Amino acid sequence: MRLDAPRLSRLRWLVHGLAVLPLLWLPWGFAAGHFSADPVPELLHYLGIWALRLLLLTLCISPLAKRLRLGPLVRLRRAVGLWCFAYASLHLLAWVLLDLQLAWGLIGEEIVKRGFITLGMASWLVLLLLAITSTQGWQRRLGRRWQKLHNWIYPAVLVVCVHFWWSVKSGWIEPLVYLLAALFLLSLRRDKLARLRR
Amino acid sequence: MHIKIRKKSALAEHQVTPEHIYLQRRRIIQGLGLGAAALSLPAGASVLDRLLGNQEPEVVAGGGQTPLNFERPEAYQPALTPTAEKVATSYNNFYEFGTDKSDPVRYAQGLKTRPWTIAIDGEVDKPQTIDVWAWLEKQRLEERIYRHRCVEAWSMVIPWMGVPLASIIKAAGPTSRAKYVAFETLYDPEQMRGQASRYVGGGIDYPYVEGLRIDEAMNPLSLLTVGMYGKTLPNQNGAPVRLVVPWKYGFKGIKSIVRISLTEHQPPCTWNLLASYEYGFYANVNPNVDHPRWSQASERVIGEGGLFGSQRQPTLMFNGYEEEVASLYAGMDLRKFY
Repeated sequence: MRLDAPRLSRLRWLVHGLAVLPLLWLPWGFAAGHFSADPVPELLHYLGIWALRLLLLTLCISPLAKRLRLGPLVRLRRAVGLWCFAYASLHLLAWVLLDLQLAWGLIGEEIVKRGFITLGMASWLVLLLLAITSTQGWQRRLGRRWQKLHNWIYPAVLVVCVHFWWSVKSGWIEPLVYLLAALFLLSLRRDKLARLRR
Repeated sequence: MHIKIRKKSALAEHQVTPEHIYLQRRRIIQGLGLGAAALSLPAGASVLDRLLGNQEPEVVAGGGQTPLNFERPEAYQPALTPTAEKVATSYNNFYEFGTDKSDPVRYAQGLKTRPWTIAIDGEVDKPQTIDVWAWLEKQRLEERIYRHRCVEAWSMVIPWMGVPLASIIKAAGPTSRAKYVAFETLYDPEQMRGQASRYVGGGIDYPYVEGLRIDEAMNPLSLLTVGMYGKTLPNQNGAPVRLVVPWKYGFKGIKSIVRISLTEHQPPCTWNLLASYEYGFYANVNPNVDHPRWSQASERVIGEGGLFGSQRQPTLMFNGYEEEVASLYAGMDLRKFY
């Protein structure tokens, strides 16, 4: 199969359609009682886990494109990445607005004092930078440095996994599954990562 | 003459949000225009209700609780508005039935609480096994409206029914070697799915165990609890007998107790065993000592649910019971003994 422009465009719409589903589900999730009497921590977790899933999905795209010999597939990566950033931002927003209720002193203190929140903030800042520079204009302007900047996603995905693991009260199986997935996706890039180290 | 002594821990009338302001808050949120948008959806009305917390979570109806006879000692009737019953009985940490807050109400209904016995042993002159339901008949139950503060930084206000823990300990005749009181929850993997599967049960080694120092256990506030909201305890809240120690984090309030042992040495506690760095033996509510992963200086007061249903308020030292219990810890470094 060849991935021509119309097909790619349909695929892109499919990506948008699927990525928005977890958000559309939320009101129904509430109506159906999937959230408890204290829904804020659960909403936080829900938004965070979808950000992580989409982050892992962005890392699936280039190995998949190589495997399937479908080069243009890579052009979907920006859409998925921006959705990941959107969920991560909602996750952060829910924490600031609903959990800490705009208590700025406490928010600042928590970011500095809690290692896992520091890590979460750091990875959100990386995602923010990557989202801003995701346009073709920025790609042109940054030239070779663009790729260098966007390679930050590799440490960021590990940091996000640690953020998740560190944040749970008990039970390490779920965070472990995500960490293993991240390590697997990074291992597919070991040649590239080895080159980067040099 | 009727003399009313107000405890320091009781909120004064002016500190309680007047109902009309409380209702106003809700109307303001509704007025934000969210209403119009959401109501245009087919499921809109209930979605809106859920988001704003107008509709309380459904709870398994009935649950087989029976009404209790109890007294209302003035000292334990603070001017606090109890959390809605449906919230307090559908939002529980009881890992024996799953780690999700909604798991206990869903999976605890089959727990057989009749018959039920509690063994009292260890450093006592009169070791005994109590038939809970027969024992209950002979007790003078008190209603006590206590603040309930979870280590996860949320809080509720709950009217409990019970007897002072001290009474049952005294009846067993503690020896001079009794320095601590150890508690144990039922171990029955066939009834408790979290005990049958490490994944469901959050990786905890069961049975759940807890402990108090004997002077903490003998403090008048420590309540051996058999009911809430005027009825026997629902299973998800620890039927038929649980512990309530209101100046400590909620996890000290061990549920569905089957054994009370008096010991010479400090007994193990489940959360302390699982993560001693995060959960100490004392677990006193203390706004000045943070949990390693979050601040304990403030708490989310759980309202009637919904995204805007909780409010943040400062946490009080010893959960507001400083006057009654601070002397127990005189001279102790509460950062070390957290």
